[in-house]
Amino acid sequence: MFFEEVIMSIRIKIVTFIICIAMLLLIVDLVRRRKLREEYSQLWFATWLGILILMVWFDLLKWVSHLIGAVSNVSTLFLFAFMFLILISLHFSVVISKLTDRIKDLSQQHALLQNELESVKRAQSNN
Amino acid sequence: MPRIWRDDMVENEPEKTVVIIPAHNEGAHIAAIVHQIGVSYPSIDMVVIDDGSRDDTKAKAFLAGASVISNPFSLGYGGALQTGYKFAVKNGYHILVQLDGDGQHDAACMDDLIEPVRRGVADITIGSRFLGSQKKGIDYPAYHAPLARMIGMKIFGAIATFLIKQKVTDPTSGYQAMNSRVFSLLSGDQFPIDYPDADVIIMLHRAGFRIKEVPVRMFPSPDDKSMHSGFKPLYYIFKMFLSILVTLLRK
Repeated sequence: MFFEEVIMSIRIKIVTFIICIAMLLLIVDLVRRRKLREEYSQLWFATWLGILILMVWFDLLKWVSHLIGAVSNVSTLFLFAFMFLILISLHFSVVISKLTDRIKDLSQQHALLQNELESVKRAQSNN
Repeated sequence: MPRIWRDDMVENEPEKTVVIIPAHNEGAHIAAIVHQIGVSYPSIDMVVIDDGSRDDTKAKAFLAGASVISNPFSLGYGGALQTGYKFAVKNGYHILVQLDGDGQHDAACMDDLIEPVRRGVADITIGSRFLGSQKKGIDYPAYHAPLARMIGMKIFGAIATFLIKQKVTDPTSGYQAMNSRVFSLLSGDQFPIDYPDADVIIMLHRAGFRIKEVPVRMFPSPDDKSMHSGFKPLYYIFKMFLSILVTLLRK
């Protein structure tokens, strides 16, 4: 018990708390300035809120650490943060795939329309 | 609406047929192909799909008498083909033939591919360079490909043969003819844009289409700079296994 308390020192709590709040404020601000779309902000909110909750609610963190067999509470926090980051990258890959498909469809449509336009113009100039 | 073809319709009205030729930086070969097809098949419309070429492919094809559709940037072999499928859907064609713009596919074999589709015997015909000619008097020379590709063809040909319970000798062949129901499906989002291959054959079989391989003549790629030259064996093998797997998992 003493061991855990030492590792989860008040100092690291404060640092993590400040980082969480700063990141949450940054995300809200990005959404406010329309630099980040709401739909892509949700996983980021979930990440930092999750860490914040674990931070503040120390018993929950201890319980989760015990559940997953982590030696220290800090590594539990890291594990969760890491997991969320991986989820976020996966989410990006999905989004990129969707965008790639749309760009493909758009450029094909563009090519077809241009071909049509050229033949219409040619027909007109021949008349 | 796509029309359903019956044998008795053949004599009465000729089907609207289009040949699409995907080409990426094929300025050196495209004019000869376009010219040959234009002379041999005057009743067939011809469209060259210029897949974001940086050379004079577009101008050469146009001057040789083809209609040209230019993708604004390279979408890959499958992406170029799909532009052609969409063109055919939009313009109400009944039969589509595709052959590569690098001169690998002998245009003289086009009728052999179109015939089964026109008669309604098959929904899609695939030109195989390995079947050997059953036609008298024509000797199709044996085809040699780089070893890695040869192995890929054999493996995925065997998998496709097993899955569709029908011999597939040349799954990588891009020399095909198909009716409107097939190219309508392929113009949708199920069509892979990098290397359409055995996975497409399996998908079409599962969609209930009748597939037929036809012997054709292919020449070795003239300067080994065909649209398949972005061919990375490892990615190809990985992609094809995954693609076949998910094709089977889909309904």
